This record gives sequence, C-alpha cells and structure tokens, in this order.
Amino acid sequence: MEVFSEYRGQILEAFWTTIQLTVFSAIGALILGTVLAAMRLAPVPMLNWLGTTYVNTVRNTPLTLIILFCSFGLAQTLGITMADPKSPTSIVDSNFRLAVLGLTLYTASFVCETVRSGINTVPLGQAEAARSLGFTFSQNLRIILLPQAFRSVIIPLGSVLIALTKNTTIASAIGVAEAALLMKEMIENTAALLAVGTIFALGFVVLTLPMGLLFGWLGKRLAVAR
Amino acid sequence: MSTASILFDAPGPRARVRNRVISGVTVIVVVLVAWAVIAKLAGKGQLTPAKWQPFLTANLWKTYVLPGIQGTLTAAALSIVLALILGFLLGVGRMSHIGAVRWPCAVIVEFFRAVPVLIMMIFAYFLYALYDTFPSKHLALAGVVTGLTLYNGAVIAEILRAGVRALPRGQGEAAAALGLSWGQTMRSILLPQAITSMLPVLVSQLVVVLKDTAIGYQITFVEMVRQGTVVGSSYGNYIPALIVIAVLMITANFALSSAATRLEQRLRRSKRGGTPLEAQAALEPGD
Repeated sequence: MEVFSEYRGQILEAFWTTIQLTVFSAIGALILGTVLAAMRLAPVPMLNWLGTTYVNTVRNTPLTLIILFCSFGLAQTLGITMADPKSPTSIVDSNFRLAVLGLTLYTASFVCETVRSGINTVPLGQAEAARSLGFTFSQNLRIILLPQAFRSVIIPLGSVLIALTKNTTIASAIGVAEAALLMKEMIENTAALLAVGTIFALGFVVLTLPMGLLFGWLGKRLAVAR
Repeated sequence: MSTASILFDAPGPRARVRNRVISGVTVIVVVLVAWAVIAKLAGKGQLTPAKWQPFLTANLWKTYVLPGIQGTLTAAALSIVLALILGFLLGVGRMSHIGAVRWPCAVIVEFFRAVPVLIMMIFAYFLYALYDTFPSKHLALAGVVTGLTLYNGAVIAEILRAGVRALPRGQGEAAAALGLSWGQTMRSILLPQAITSMLPVLVSQLVVVLKDTAIGYQITFVEMVRQGTVVGSSYGNYIPALIVIAVLMITANFALSSAATRLEQRLRRSKRGGTPLEAQAALEPGD
C-alpha cells in the first residue's frame, strides 16, 4: 500500500482521464449511434445502405487499429490534429481528442445496434397507431418509438457504456495518460507488481460495478409497463 | 417488429419523389466526402504508386504481414480453446447447488468481466517476465492468451448460464422426476441442449477474440496491427498499410459474423433443441 500512497496523485489523475475519455466518447457515441439507427430504419434505401455499411465495417475492426489510424493517419500523415498547434499542450490535447474520436466512432456502431434492437421491442400497434394518426416517419421515430426504445434498452446500453469504460485503456496505444499507461509505468518503476495490478484492477471494478448497478436500477425503474 | 417497413406507409408519388431527392443528396454528400478524403490523401502523396507498390512484393508479405497473421491466429485459437474450458468450468460452477463452489465462481466471473483486457494482459506479461515462466520469445503471446482467456472465459461462462436458463423449465423438472442427480441432469439433459443454442453466440465471440488480439499491440505482441505499423514505418506508408490490415481484418470478421447469423437462422428453423440465443445480441455488447 506504500505504492498507493506514493503514487496517489498520479493514480487519481490517470483515472480522472479515464473518466473524461468515457464521458466525452459516451456523449458522442450516443448521438452518432442514434443517428445511425435512424438511418438504418429510414424509408430511404441509400441511407439504410450507408448505416449498414458503417456498422458492419466499424464493428469488425479492432479498436486498436481505429485509434492508431486516428493518430498515425489523421494526425501524423494528414496533419488533422484537432488541437491548436501553438498551444504548449497541443500534442497531449490532440492525442486525447483523437482517442475520443476513435472511441466515439467505434462505440457508435454498438449503440446503433442496441437502439435498433430496442425499437424491435416496441409493440407493432404503437407504430401502426402513430401512422394511422398521420405521423410521418420522423415524428413516429421521435415521439413514439425512440422514447420507448431507449427505456427498454437502458440495461444493454449500460453494458455498452461499461465496455466503453474498459475500452478507454486502449487509448494508451497513442500515449493518452490514462490508467493503463500509468500502470505500465508504475510496474516498470516499482517492484510491486501485485500491488500495482490490484490497484488498477480494483480501480476499474470501482468504476464499472456502480455503473452496472445504476443502469440495472434505472432499467427496472424506467421499464415501459406492458 | 422485425421489418422496418412497419415504421412508415408505402410511399405514394410525393413520398417517392422526396425519398429519391434524399437518396440523391446522400449520394452527393458521400461522393463529396469521398472526394475530399481522396484529395487530402493525394495532396499528402498517399496515393502515389510508390506507397502501394510494396504490397505487391512477396518480401513485404513474407517479412511483415504473414508473421502478423500467424500471431493473430495463434493467439486467437489458443485463447478460444482455453476460454471454452475455463468458461465451462466457471459456468457450471456458478450453477452448482453448493454455495462454496457457486460463490467463488460468481466472484471470479464478475471480476474478470469488470477488468479491462489490457490491464490483465499487462499484468500477466510482467508476471511471467518476473518469474521467468515462459521463454522470452513467447512472453507476449502468453500475456495476450492469458488476458483473452480470463476475459472470454468469464463471458462464455455467462453465455452458458444464459443458454441453460433459456431452456424450458420442464427439461430440468422432467430430469428431476426421473431421479437424475444434478450432475446427470447437467451432463445429459441441460448442457447438450444449451450448447446447441449457444453456438451462434460462441461464433460471434470468436470475432471478439480475433479483434482483441490487437490489444496485444501494447505488450509488443507480433500481431496484424503491430505488423501494419511496422510496415508503415519501414516503407513510410502508414495509411496504406493500416488500410490493408483493416481490409484483411474486416473481411475475416465479417465472414465470421455472417456465419454466426446464418447458423442462428438455421438452428431457429430446426425443430430440435431450444431456441438459439441471438448471434449478434452478445452478452457483452461493445467489445
């Protein structure tokens, strides 16, 4: 436990970065994923095709490859850095934002599939009633289907977000100073492998376990009574 | 609600025109984006033949890509076999009637599902290095396989439990009425049926394993993504190299995912056994 007290500041900082990565990517992924789900359900074949292709491509690509592509491809080769090149922290900022971009693109495909499966749980009569009232497709989706779909997929969406929390460790591949990077550094600098491993494993248990409980509780509370 | 067409009426003349307009706008936007990307790539000289020609030489494949493919496949094959064994033990253990077996299994499963695979890989890698468990040549492979086995073992344990739970209650009750013990019920009644219904999910889990071998990048494991970056740095063509690796990965994984879906449909049609678990609705969405 001496290791913990010695590195306490750094550990908390690393996990704070993990949390930030998770929150920003979660917001992006929820928005993009919902848009993709709407595209896959829309009456326009072209949009269906685009949504399906996106999901099939991204879901079958390793996250490491996506994040490396953001760094090597976008930033280093094409010069799209997403940060002010003049600021003193531009490299750190850029890596962080590229990691958020990669995590968002990757997670969105899973959010899309989850939302779509949620729409499938809404009884047929709901959409039919909406149509018979003259709702257009987008009104139907916005007012009738999505609110019910979201409430029925809170628990699986929670699992997606928990997976996202764990996936943020992969951002260490491009040098984002989050938990896994600090773990490697600490193992190399201290001889306390077991203590370091325990600290980081428990850190993630502490992050993900309450998330699971929260989403389980929300899912039950907000479930649509049928 | 399985078909999307329930969501909107059959388009009339005006809706057809509108849909065509939206399609047209989409095509234009896609073409514009593609054009912008290509222009940007060309502007940085990424589309010159010099950047792509190396992929036509046998040397590049023999020196870099094939060892990567071999590493990925070896790690994936070892992990899935070990994960199946571990998952079976943990899954059956978690369904046991003996509390002293059930509780530890439950804790182990929940723990390994909560910890990121990378954290487990780093830990295993340094642990093996510290105790000289494996020759240094196989150190990274051992780390990757350990991480993947622990995580996927826990997931497979949960899949197994879901498979057994999805069986009709009557199966277990009939076995009990015939006087079969718990072990006999599991072995000859519940598990064989559960395994059949699990097959599609297991195939999709293989995709997860294949993708996750790439996490080994960070503990210097020689797999496809790492070899892609090595090609990128030695030929100065990161973007083409990563694109080629991505195409290989996506093709393999897409084929496996489609196989899982087809398997599920086939099992759904057949009369025997319980209803199969959905191939794509994996218990751990998002990895």
